This record gives sequence, structure tokens and C-alpha cells, in this order.
Amino acid sequence: MKHDYKKLWPLFLTFFKIGGFTFGGGYAMIPLIQKETVENKKWITDDDILEIIAIAESTPGPVAINSATFVGYKTCGFLGAVCATLGVVLPSFVIILAISYVLEAFQEIKAVQYAFNGIRAGVLALLVKALWTMYKKSPKGWAAYIVMAVAFVLTAILKVNVLFVIVFCAVFGLITASLVKKEAEK
Amino acid sequence: MIYLELFYTFFMIGAFTFGGGYAMLPLIQEQVAARWSDVISSEAMINFIAVSESTPGPFAVNMATYIGSQMGGVFGSVCATLGVVMPSFIIILIVAQCYEKFKTNRIVKGCMSGLKPAVVGLIGNALVNVFVTIFFPAGFTLAVFKDITLYLYAAIFAAMTVLAFKKVHPILIICISAALGIAIGYLL
Repeated sequence: MKHDYKKLWPLFLTFFKIGGFTFGGGYAMIPLIQKETVENKKWITDDDILEIIAIAESTPGPVAINSATFVGYKTCGFLGAVCATLGVVLPSFVIILAISYVLEAFQEIKAVQYAFNGIRAGVLALLVKALWTMYKKSPKGWAAYIVMAVAFVLTAILKVNVLFVIVFCAVFGLITASLVKKEAEK
Repeated sequence: MIYLELFYTFFMIGAFTFGGGYAMLPLIQEQVAARWSDVISSEAMINFIAVSESTPGPFAVNMATYIGSQMGGVFGSVCATLGVVMPSFIIILIVAQCYEKFKTNRIVKGCMSGLKPAVVGLIGNALVNVFVTIFFPAGFTLAVFKDITLYLYAAIFAAMTVLAFKKVHPILIICISAALGIAIGYLL
């Protein structure tokens, strides 16, 4: 496949902008990606955006990286994927690196410590919201509820390794899905 | 060798997180507690979640950069970030070749039907960890319940949960809880 390598720099810049201006990451980024790459630059189509969401949901890793790599690849091949991914990562990398150096000195201040005491309670609230969002996205039914409960009990109470639980639940899903299918075929 | 450990650990985290964002938290919590708890306390982790929410960019990259820089300076953060990005980069390059087949693949669908609810349970675990760190840092003792600040922070948590479900922006929630935290700190 032949690519127009003049698109590499705009790809990098576009995703740099997207990475630098979305708060909350991941899914918050999708509308911005749609606007920039479909409406403005016409590199990909609306159907591609739907593909990206479907694929990002069934592959591991951050949604932002998945989308950037996919759009970059579709637009300009391997180098396009590299430029788009680098672009989306770079703003947060630079910002966080700078913050990580001042955060410690900053936390010496009494008012900042007080602020973080309150903030931690606020973060807990955000986590409750995240849990609810994930619950809504998850399939329902007895098998799903069992997996939720088992994953929770194994990690929170029995302190089983999280990686192991993830692999275990994937295999469990695979087995129940094929059992349900066999039942339907009967 | 800390750089290799950072790269490897975040590579695993990137490869085993499905659903993005907070789905990564349980894995990061576990790895940090097991490997680097002497440098990064669980309280520092929670503080950083707030920082990550208030700065642009993907949660995963923010986390990797921060932990990498705490453990190994600039090069450490390069290694951790590269690690967390690499698995999705490689997998998407492969999937992009054949995504029609991939989407309808029965094995992928089956695995996802187990992974999606699993993420709910795992985030539940992360939530409990954060809860214990905030309210019971010294363990469950009766003395904790005599401390008035416990109830004040619980009230902040309850109020912010209501705001979060009313779709108030996370940054605003962090700002309000910061202001309340400062007020409590100076008034008591």
C-alpha cells in the first residue's frame, strides 16, 4: 500500500492537540477524534469511528492509545500509527513529568495537605461513579453477576493476584458463552 | 534493574486492562503495593488519581509517567509509559489487518463476556482499597469512630457522590472537595 507521507506531521499535530485537550481520557476523546479526523481532515469515515469503539472495547490497553494507533494506521500505515500514538501520549507525558517534580514540594504546604484530605474523599466518589458506569456497560444475567461477585471476592477478600483473576474470568466467559450457544442449538 | 522492571510491569498492566481508564486501577494498585510501596504510599496514589483527573490525557499514561518518574526519574517515566502503550499499539496493528473477522470472532466475544463483568468486580476491589486507605488508615479500631473528622470526610464523600451522579464535571468535584478539605483543616 502506498501512503502519502505528507500526512505524518498533521497526524502527529492533530493527536497532540487531542491528547492535550481532553480531560478524563479514553471515551471522552472519541467525540474530539471524530470531529478532527472525520469532519475536518476527512482521513477516516464515521463507520471507522464505530469500528474503533468496537475494537477498543475488545482489546486491552487504554482506549486513547487504541484509537490513535488505529486512526494513524488507517491514514498512513505503520509510520502513521507511530506518529498518532506519539502525539496523543506526549502532552500528558510532559505535563505529568513536570507535575511529579513539584508535587512533593507542593505537598509540604499545610493548606495543600488539607486540600488533599478533602480531595481523597472526592476521588472515592468518582470511583463509585466509575463503578456504576462499568456496571452499566457490562452484560447482565446470572453468569455476569457470578463473575462480578467472584472477581470481587477473589481480589478483595482472598487477595488473589489480579492478573490471574482476569485470565480466569476470560476463560469462564468463553466456557459459558459456548455452553449457552450449544443450548440454543438444541 | 528498575528501568526493566518499570517497563515489564507496565507492559503487563497495558496488556491485561480491558475497558480503559479506571479498569487499570486494580492492577496498578496491586503492582505498586507489591513492588514500590516503600516509595509510593497508597495515599500518594489516591492523591495522584485526583491530579490525573485534573490534567489532560489518558489516565493510563498519566499513571505510568508519574510512577515511572517517582521510581526512576525521566528515563523511568519513559520506560513505564512505553511499557503501558506498547501492548495496545502492537495489538491494534495486528487487529487493523483483519478487524472484520476479529469483531465477529466467537472466542473474542466469549472472553469479553467474562471480562466485562470481571472489571466491575475488580473496580469494586479498588474502591474498597481506597475506602480503607482514606477512612481506616490505621486499621479498624473503635478509636477511629470517636474522631469527628471521619464523619466530616464521610459527608464530603456522600455529597460528592451525589454530584458525580448528577453529572457534575470531575474537575469541579475535585475543586469543591479540596475547598471543603481546606475549610475542615483550618476550622478544626
